[in-house]
Amino acid sequence: MSQILVEGLSKTFRVAERKPGLLGAVGGLFQRKYRSVDALRDVSFTIYEGELVGYIGPNGAGKSTTIKILSGILVPSSGRCEVDGRIPWKQRRAHVASIGVVFGQRTQLWWDLPVIESFDLLRDIYRITDSVYQQRSDELIEMLDLSELLDTPVRQLSLGQRVRCDIAAALLHAPRILFLDEPTIGLDAVSQLNVRAFIKQISRDQNVTVLLTTHNLDDIEVLCDRILVLSDGQLLMDGSIADLRKQYGEGRYVAVELESFASTAPEHETLVVERSDSHILFSLESDVPEFVDEVLRQYPVKDLLITHPPIERIVAEMYQAERIEH
Amino acid sequence: MIAAIQLFGRLMMIAIRGQMQYRGAFLFMVAGTFVTSMVQAIGIWALFDRFGNLGVWTVAHVAFLYGTINIVFASVDITARGFDTFGSSLIRTGQFDRFLLRPASIVILVAAREVALHKLGQLLQGIFVLTYALISLEIDWTLGRLALYVFAVSSMYAFFYAIQIVRATMSFWTIESLEILNTISHGGMEAAQYPMSIYKESFTNFFTYVIPLACVAYFPMVGVLDVPDPLGSTLFTQSLAPLAGYVFFAVCLSFWFFGVKNYQSTGS
Repeated sequence: MSQILVEGLSKTFRVAERKPGLLGAVGGLFQRKYRSVDALRDVSFTIYEGELVGYIGPNGAGKSTTIKILSGILVPSSGRCEVDGRIPWKQRRAHVASIGVVFGQRTQLWWDLPVIESFDLLRDIYRITDSVYQQRSDELIEMLDLSELLDTPVRQLSLGQRVRCDIAAALLHAPRILFLDEPTIGLDAVSQLNVRAFIKQISRDQNVTVLLTTHNLDDIEVLCDRILVLSDGQLLMDGSIADLRKQYGEGRYVAVELESFASTAPEHETLVVERSDSHILFSLESDVPEFVDEVLRQYPVKDLLITHPPIERIVAEMYQAERIEH
Repeated sequence: MIAAIQLFGRLMMIAIRGQMQYRGAFLFMVAGTFVTSMVQAIGIWALFDRFGNLGVWTVAHVAFLYGTINIVFASVDITARGFDTFGSSLIRTGQFDRFLLRPASIVILVAAREVALHKLGQLLQGIFVLTYALISLEIDWTLGRLALYVFAVSSMYAFFYAIQIVRATMSFWTIESLEILNTISHGGMEAAQYPMSIYKESFTNFFTYVIPLACVAYFPMVGVLDVPDPLGSTLFTQSLAPLAGYVFFAVCLSFWFFGVKNYQSTGS
């Protein structure tokens, strides 16, 4: 059964333009020019119960705007949007009671309160009965390993700890749908693994529908069955991880840190993305192991890292391909 | 409804506890506002002492009006702090998102966000002045008078609270400071401390029919004090006038919900 239905969704923001300087500021009081910014243009997709969908795209593509419309914070300019049969911004209270939302960059908890008091307060706000709350919070505290953190004020938590607490807070009322906006941003490797494992677990064991925005291709690789790619407010791709992989194929970035300066070998010149005295960043389409072998032999390598190419690059390539087709 | 009030209480307690972490600063500010507003009250008393009464209004009558308004205005300042700082702390930062994600009344969540306890000084001053008025006037508190007084005070509270809500609502569209609305709230409060009959007709009309300040303060107080009104109101109109405060509140509240629909959030 379709759970999230988005059809022809558009959102245009009106942004006041300001002239610089004092005169501009005074002038702005009387006459103001507005500029329209199209954050979303005719976006349509359907998500089914229990799916784990990745929503990717460069900064400013409109990912957060979509999440904010789906969670009832923003009203779209046009188009249709239904979640569990509800129109989010029209039935806000009923709607938010049955979804969970986490913004990785911004906490939903009370900054000065100990974590457990934030949880207790959420129990009152969501009107969770005591027995359900007890069971649910115990479960989440154990799964996310929060027992040591409960008495710490939120402002004293590290980013990784805070995100774990935020995720627990978003799930206390047992929502069937979870929106995660960049849940792994800024986290260290271990925290990223923990958060990913947890998302996978609740999606699988509790059949919670998850829509996750991210910049991190590893999140997508590990978690998502399905991917939506957004660029400049438009949906470029709706497909599986295999479809996306076709787009970047075997391509990898190889970052090399040098012991001492060495000039780039002429045959590698075309592969260089970035170059400084002590670092070289190569972009490869294929044959990564052979290339690494060569690099280790030819350069005084201090450290070497192989990563997926950044999403911006893949999306940019897709975008170009799209334009050539049309 | 009961659950909503309980939630409001809990959030308020948290806000108060947060303030109490800085106890020294708190006591200092309370004392500060008390002294400033007391000096102001003494200034008014000195004027009366020098120039005599305002028509039928003796210094005790004015003190009754003045004390009541200051108590209400201070109570609004204390409890509407969440709306007062709404634009700067929730809209500019995009923090308002967080409030919209909660399945509870937005008005309650915003109102209970912060408490301006330091305004207790002004509240104390109001109580002080009102006590003086009550002792000197020896009002015959019939049930009708008491009911009218309570009705007027509650509608005055709704009126001043509504202005704070309008100020907060404006910040959905503009982040420029909204001093113009302070003219109505603070300016209006200053004006309403004295009997409306001393002002020019156009001024009185504006504060009766456009912004119903006189309806929540002057007219019902004339009824309670049982003094003649040069503006020609009767006990009947004086008793009905406070309704305007509730109507005003309802209008402002719908403006607020209109603003919420226009919320643009910020980029993440």
